[in-house]
Amino acid sequence: MFASCADPKSLEGLAWLICYLASGKHLLFYLSFGTVLLLLAITAPVALLFGFGGAMASRSRIAGLRWFGRIYTSMVRGVPDIIFFLFVPIALDQALEWLRSRVYCDPSVPVRQGNEFIVCAAAKLPLSTSPEWVHQAYGIFLAVIAFAVVFGAFAANVLHGAMQAVPRAQLETAEAYGMTPRQVSRRILIPQMWTYALPGLANLWMILIKATPLLFVLGVEDIVYWARELGGAKTSAYSYPHPDWRLYYFLAILVFYLLMTWGSERIFDRIRARLSAGQAIAAGEALRKAAP
Amino acid sequence: MKKLMLAAAAFALTAGMGMAQTVRIATEGAYPPYNLVNDQGEVDGFEIELGNELCKRAELECTWVKNDWDSIIPNLNSANYDAIMAGMSITEERKKSVAFTQNYMPPNPSAYAAPAADVDVTQGVIAAQTNTIQAQYVAESGAELLEFATPDEAVGAVRNGEAEAVFADKDFLAPVVEESGGAFVWVAGKDDIPLGEGIGMALRQSDAELKQKFDAAIAAMKEDGSLNELIKKWFGEDSLLF
Repeated sequence: MFASCADPKSLEGLAWLICYLASGKHLLFYLSFGTVLLLLAITAPVALLFGFGGAMASRSRIAGLRWFGRIYTSMVRGVPDIIFFLFVPIALDQALEWLRSRVYCDPSVPVRQGNEFIVCAAAKLPLSTSPEWVHQAYGIFLAVIAFAVVFGAFAANVLHGAMQAVPRAQLETAEAYGMTPRQVSRRILIPQMWTYALPGLANLWMILIKATPLLFVLGVEDIVYWARELGGAKTSAYSYPHPDWRLYYFLAILVFYLLMTWGSERIFDRIRARLSAGQAIAAGEALRKAAP
Repeated sequence: MKKLMLAAAAFALTAGMGMAQTVRIATEGAYPPYNLVNDQGEVDGFEIELGNELCKRAELECTWVKNDWDSIIPNLNSANYDAIMAGMSITEERKKSVAFTQNYMPPNPSAYAAPAADVDVTQGVIAAQTNTIQAQYVAESGAELLEFATPDEAVGAVRNGEAEAVFADKDFLAPVVEESGGAFVWVAGKDDIPLGEGIGMALRQSDAELKQKFDAAIAAMKEDGSLNELIKKWFGEDSLLF
């Protein structure tokens, strides 16, 4: 990166360390923090959407929808996360490729041949000719879906509970004013449920942050991959030989995650204070008493 | 949108016939000098240089994919990529699930490295990388096998005292032993154990055409001596040649 780093073997001490930390491999390591943040930024709203859908479905008056919502929440919550993370991306990938193969390939050729799963070149997802970043993005897309399915089920449960917690008297009053069920949910139920849902959702967010290293299991090159790769002992086959430094790299990741969760805690405290204002719950009552 | 996709598909189909096809080759990127991730963050090593040369000779367009060693064969069979060049020894057991080209490295010796030369490697705990011929050898030797996802972690286990010795390809261990400053030595009489049938490129069993192309390219490189040159460049003057 810097001109002075052209010959790393001649460097010593701090100059060596600066060049080492600025190597192309380290830049990829720093970028992978962005991958984790990007995943969080996409997954959180998508999971919330899944959760919202699940919660609405399990409150539905249509029996089929209600059963679907209940089965989704209880089934996904009952299976270890890692199984879903291993299952969903493979299943989704093969399902998409199978569907495409029915359109683009000769349908008489089976996709399963012995222990191989093959579709013709035109049905591959992404195409073999696509640049590497498309493959990476596709991997992240599959990961987002897997995360959203798992965390959506938990969010659905939290939101369902929050909806039940809104005082029945509020809804009855709205009905007495002649609002339709749809209006009651939109105007009264949903705005009020957030304050009940927040503690549970905050908790889920923390678990989601802590679950991001599972990206590594899915083959996405995240911070855990790079920490292990960079930290491993390097012989002189590399420009910057060093002994086993995994400890320091994992320590850096540990600090990153602690900062993330600590920062989130702060933000949630603010939102909580805001949502509690004027609510007939203990936190709202405390705010009312504190006011002069 | 659909028309566009169909057009793209039609293009991909026809393009595949005339022009060079894209072959995705998987490697581990953690097994120097066979394959490694260099300080620019790119894959590098003997197999990368060899693979690029083979693709040039076979008139194929190749891209490299990094994949964990553990899932490298299953992902080949589910067509995430088309070939593997990752220091994979040709064995009877692997031949059941994938097809190999002819070897591009002669059967190289494996070796035990330990803190002391007099370690008894037929008992005690021995570290090796999981799913390798070395791991299988250790399991059959009577010693207790401790498996790791990467060879580097297997070496680390001996440093931490978790295992008494590590068993791996001698070419991989040689720089580790040389640069350890005495922390590692070859185990006496156990530093030259021939295993496997050499290292080859793994392909799907249904990909006979691709196998034929690579086989021809490897044979050509053996014939004109350029493969030997490449081996000397990465493994030193006194390594086994064809």
